[in-house]
Parts: sequence; C-alpha cells; structure tokens
Amino acid sequence: MLRRALRLGLGPGLLGRGLGTHREGSTLGKAEGSGGYRGSGVFPVSSHVTFRTRGPGPRWEDSGSLGAGAWDGKVSEIKKKIQSILPGGAWSPLCDTSHLPPEHSDVVIVGGGVLGLSVAYWLKRLEKQQGAIRVLVVERDHTYSQASTVLSVGGIRQQFSLPENIQLSLFSVEFLRNINEYLAVVDDPPLDLQFNPSGYLFLASEEGATIMENNVKVQRQEGAKVCLMSPEQLQKKFPWINTEGVALASYGLENEGWFDPWCLLQGLRRKVQSMGVLFCHGEVTRFVSSSNHMETTSGEKVTLRRIHEVHVKVDRSQEYQPVECAIVVIAAGAWSGQIAELAGIGKGPPGTLQGTRLPVEPRKRYVYLWHCPQGPGLEAPLVADPSGAYFRREGLGNNYLGGYSPTEEEEPDPGNLEVDHDFFQEKVWPHLARRVPAFETLKVRRAWAGYYDYNTFDQNGVVGPHPLVVNMYFATGFSGHGLQQAPAVGRAVAEVMLEGRFQTIDLSPFLFSRFYLGEKAQEHCII
Amino acid sequence: MAAPRASLRLVAPVWNGGTSGIRGLSRAVDPEGSPRKGRTLLRFLADRFYDVEAVREYLLQKQVLKVLQKNRSFTYIKERYGPYVAGAYFILKQGGAVKFQDKEWMRPNGRGLSGELWKLREVPVEAVDASGCAINYQGLDNLLALKELQSLSLQCCPHVDDWCLSRLHQLANSLRELSLAGCPRISERGLACLHHLQNLRRLDISDLPAVSNPGLTQILVEEMLPNCEVLGADWAQGLKLGPEEQTRDTASSPIPA
Repeated sequence: MLRRALRLGLGPGLLGRGLGTHREGSTLGKAEGSGGYRGSGVFPVSSHVTFRTRGPGPRWEDSGSLGAGAWDGKVSEIKKKIQSILPGGAWSPLCDTSHLPPEHSDVVIVGGGVLGLSVAYWLKRLEKQQGAIRVLVVERDHTYSQASTVLSVGGIRQQFSLPENIQLSLFSVEFLRNINEYLAVVDDPPLDLQFNPSGYLFLASEEGATIMENNVKVQRQEGAKVCLMSPEQLQKKFPWINTEGVALASYGLENEGWFDPWCLLQGLRRKVQSMGVLFCHGEVTRFVSSSNHMETTSGEKVTLRRIHEVHVKVDRSQEYQPVECAIVVIAAGAWSGQIAELAGIGKGPPGTLQGTRLPVEPRKRYVYLWHCPQGPGLEAPLVADPSGAYFRREGLGNNYLGGYSPTEEEEPDPGNLEVDHDFFQEKVWPHLARRVPAFETLKVRRAWAGYYDYNTFDQNGVVGPHPLVVNMYFATGFSGHGLQQAPAVGRAVAEVMLEGRFQTIDLSPFLFSRFYLGEKAQEHCII
Repeated sequence: MAAPRASLRLVAPVWNGGTSGIRGLSRAVDPEGSPRKGRTLLRFLADRFYDVEAVREYLLQKQVLKVLQKNRSFTYIKERYGPYVAGAYFILKQGGAVKFQDKEWMRPNGRGLSGELWKLREVPVEAVDASGCAINYQGLDNLLALKELQSLSLQCCPHVDDWCLSRLHQLANSLRELSLAGCPRISERGLACLHHLQNLRRLDISDLPAVSNPGLTQILVEEMLPNCEVLGADWAQGLKLGPEEQTRDTASSPIPA
C-alpha cells in the first residue's frame, strides 16, 4: 500500500519536502539524500520544490518491510519534522529554495523590461477579481545592464505613419501624464518622470515632403497636435538650423518630448510588486509543450502546440526550476528571437506557418553625448534630419544626445555593447554639422550602445497570440519605439489574454500571422 | 501659500533608497514628500491588513477624484453662453478672478456669482488671475478657449506642471503677461516650451522650487524669449565668490589669533 501510494505520487507536480533541485544532466536519484520520504502518506506543508526521481522503483522495495520498532522511530521523526515546520519551530530546510521561482504560475512573462512589466501591470489591473491571476516575470539581468529600456534616449512622439502607432503613442503619453494616478502606491513618493515637452522636429527633403504631408494628415486625424512648417518659418523659429535641403518640417506641439525611462521602469516595478506579481531572477532555457494534430475544415493538417512548462535556470548555477504555466508572454526585447526558437517557433519547412520564425533580432545602436557651448538653447526639440541623424538637448549645460541609424550594410556587430567612436566621426558628425552649424565645434563627452529589438520584416511590433502555439503571446519587436508604446501595448496584450480580442486599440495589423501572409505593416517614420 | 496642497496626502516620509537597481530611486523622488510621524502607524497597519490598505487606497482615490471634479468642463454653459462666459465661470468657481475687456475685475463673492456674468456673452476675457486655484491639465481646456487672453496668473497653483505649460502655445497670439511664481511642480523642462509665446512681454518665474538651477534657467529663458522681461531668480544666485575676492575678504577682516 505504501509503495502504491508512493508510485501514484511520483509524478509531475508532486508537492513534497526534501531536496530535489534539478541538476541538468544528472540522473542521480535523490532517495539517499532525502531523509524525509519514508513515512506514511503524510506530506508536510508544500515547499517550492518538486521531489522528482525517475525510475527508482526498485529502490523502494526495502522500505516496504517496516518492523514495529522502526515504525515508532519513524513516527517520532515525522512529529519532530512537523513541529519544526510549523510557525515557532526552527525551520532549517536542507536546501534553501527561496531563490527559485514558484512551481506554478498562471502567466509567465519572459523579460522584465518596460514591455514585460507593462503587460504584468495591465493583467493585474484588468483581472476580474483581485488576485485572480498569478503572474511571474522572469528577468535574466536585474541590473538591466543590457536592457533596451534603460539605454534608450527616452523619446516619445506621435509622428508616425500608421494610425495604430499614433494611437498607441497617444494613449502612452496620457499614461505618462497621469502616471501618479496609474502607478500610485500608498506610502510611496510620487514619480517624477522628468518629462521634457519640447516636441519632435522632423525635417524632410524634396522627395520626402509629400509623404510627410500625408503622414501629418493621418496624425491630425487621430488627434495628434502637429504643425507643418516651411523652411522660412523654420528659420525664423529656430535660427540655429541650416535649412539647406529642407523642403518641409513637421513639428509636434504637444504630447511629444523625452523622459527618463529608468524612472518609468522603477515605477512600474514598484507598482507591479505591490499588486502581487512575482519576480524571478533567472533565464528561460526550455519550454515543455505538447502537440495536438488537428485538421481544419478544409482538410488541411495543422499541429497546434501548447506550452506546459517553462524551465527557468538560476543565474550562474546549473539549478533550474520547471514552472508550470497556462500562458507564456514573450517580451524579451532584443533576445525574443532566441526565446521563440527555444519554443520551437520556426521549426518547420520554410514557407509554411510552422516554419515562420519570429524575425526579431538585436541591432546595436550608438548614442553619443557631446558638449557644444554655442549650441541650440532651451527651446531645441528632438531634431531628426532627413539623413537619419538625430539629436536632442540634455540638461541645461549645453549638452546634447544624438545618434544615427546605420544602413543595412554598415550594421555593427551586435555581439557586444562596445562603442565605435569612429562611427561618430565619419557618419554622425558630418550630418549634424551640416544641419546645425554650431555643431562644428563640439566635444564628445560620453557614449554608449544599446540594442534595438529590430523586426527585420517591417520594423513594427509583434503583438498578440501565435496562431499555432496557442498559449503564447508576443509583445516585442518594436525596433526603437517600444518604450514610447509600452503602456498601450501592455494594455492591448492584457486585453487579448483576458477577453480574447483587442478592445481599445485594434492591433490586428501587428499580429504574428502577417509574417506568414506577407502583409507588411510598414512604418515610414523610423529614427 | 508656502506649503503646497500635495495631491497625494497619504505620502510617506522620504524614500530612502533600498531599491534593487544601480541608481535607486533618488532621481524619481518628487520634492513634495515630507515626513510625518503619524503615518508610520498607518503604514504598519496597511502592510498587515487588507482592509486598512483598501481604505487608504480609497481615500487616495477620493482626493484624486476631488481635483478631477473641480476641473470638469462645463459644456452646457459653453454651448449656451459661449466660451468666454464658460471660462470665466470655471475660474470664478475655483476661487480666481476674471477681468473682461473694458470691465472691472470680477471676484467670487460669498453669496455666489454676480448676475451680470451671464450677460457678457460677446465680451472677451482679457485677464485671468488663477492664483492658488486647483487647475490641472484638464481644467486648462476652459482657459485655452479664451483666445484674447492677455494676462494669465498661475501663481502657486499646486497642480500646474510641465504638461500644462506645453498646452499654453494655443494662447501664443494674445498672451502678453504670464506669472508662474511659486508653482511647486514646474521645472525648467516645462519652461522650455514657453518659446512658442512670442508675444510675451512679462514672465515671472520666481520661486519655483522644482527648478534645479534657477540662475542658469533664468539666463536660458531670457535668451529664448528675447523680447520678454523675465522676472525671477537673481542670476547671481548660487554663484560663489572667486578665489581673488575670497582672499581679499579674509585680508580685510583680521582673524583674531
């Protein structure tokens, strides 16, 4: 009877005490070290750890023959252990598992940047009953040293060409404006985003002028406050600009500017923790899923997959924890492509839906900070040249931040975040100096590099469910404008997860299926 | 009115670090947080009991709603009497003062608004004194409809912040005089978007606690608005004596041995 109970219990999901952290590649049964498993079917209070052995059937034979005296000893042992676990006792676990994530979670969000936290926030905010959904955010690096969020320039604009992008940005700016109502935590000081409402100034040459006019029309329709300026008006308003080659300029008057992304991240983290979201410092190494072979109404064979477990590996260790989950959200930024491959997305014959990969890859971008004593004053917006170079004012001391997106051929190697200073000399400075003559004399103070989660298909985000992996959702691939759309995208993904469809902003053009169908949602105003 | 009416009254003592992150929250702390002793008991209870936490959150929400209620837009009055009367009504309701063109200043008297407000449908509003009123971003809608406004005083308004300043460009044609003295939430970032107001002749930016460097900001704002007289911090504020002046000072006053 004992053996039967044990064998029934030895399956996935058993809550038991004892060791049992998982070492990869080790088949060693834990029976010797456990010490607590030879009692009757009394299982103590659940720990974080699943006790799991594979095929130790024969090993339990000896424990079946327990004599009477041995039984008394066992009972007192068990009593002692129960007492130590109960409050007041000295709980000395044989193995501390507090660094591991929980064994079960309803939603696992891979990636703890601004998009992942935004999805977690809206999930907890839109759930029907408080505490209904258990969310776990898995973040590999809790110093965020390589995360795109904190290395970003922090701009927010509504000057896009797609109406969906404009709407996302408008809602996000409203979120940022009322951030202390959305992210208020009782007893914590209000957040100061350090928002500079200075606007974005896009300059267009002759060829781009008609496109810019059309874009501005769409932007105004959606409710953005943008004004078009001729070169003369531009010269009058910003005398430090050289308007040579500029045919038209569009200037955002309200709700555009730049802010501190670190503050937004910390504010979200704080609020999300207060709402009960669990954080885990680890890396996702494996997805365990099951397949379902089905047929569509037209007779085509389709394999639907469902993810059951996410294996989360602890930093600098071989330990991992299988987290059983109902839904997985990929918000891993520049590394979303790798995570999607782990989940088996893209493993199939090319040209089919199964063989369609997530086309998000990391692209390195440089940001330079320079000092120019005669540079533009307090009124300088974020200026984007038609060549692709951009700059903005930083602080009050005549410091400016800027960069330039390289062409496909000049893309730097994204293996590390080392800065190439020659790139500034050869590529960025000439454009800047041509546009703002005062920038001929400048001195670069600092520089850093960050990743764009670049969507090689159409440089717009991937949002929503995957058509074949039924419980996987994406919130990634925004190619440089993820930070400014994060609050709205988080809400959209939470709506899809909870209600089944987009409710406030319709992001159907950003679904994954467009990669298979070939429908590009191309965004023209990319910096 | 030195101490502003903080919108989040249930605010704890100053946040003292302890966040997981390299930079911590030192930059994210708003200058408004002030320590209060009685809060520690409430905080202790709120950490341990869901009901206390719920009550505190509800009280917080109520405060926020109060400000929103004050800043609602009066669409009926706007449709019936026009934008000028609606704007004036909004200001008078908040406790400010309004001056119509060729008329005297109207202030709210204790018994309610004077009857003659309703007759001024076609008369534009020339000057608004909204000192100390709880105007916020939404409430500014009512003011921005006053297209002939020449003088606006937003002194010591606790909810006027950088976002509100970015909306003032709609009054660029007419606004001549603007006063932002004493507003606790305005910083130099909001002042940067005042460059749209090219007709401004008088700007008062004194006593802004959130501005990090008042002297430098004053200089930059003066450069940004060349035709405007900017009243504010003395530009020499924050400057230290140079080494020559320092030695001269010590030489002149003999130090007793």
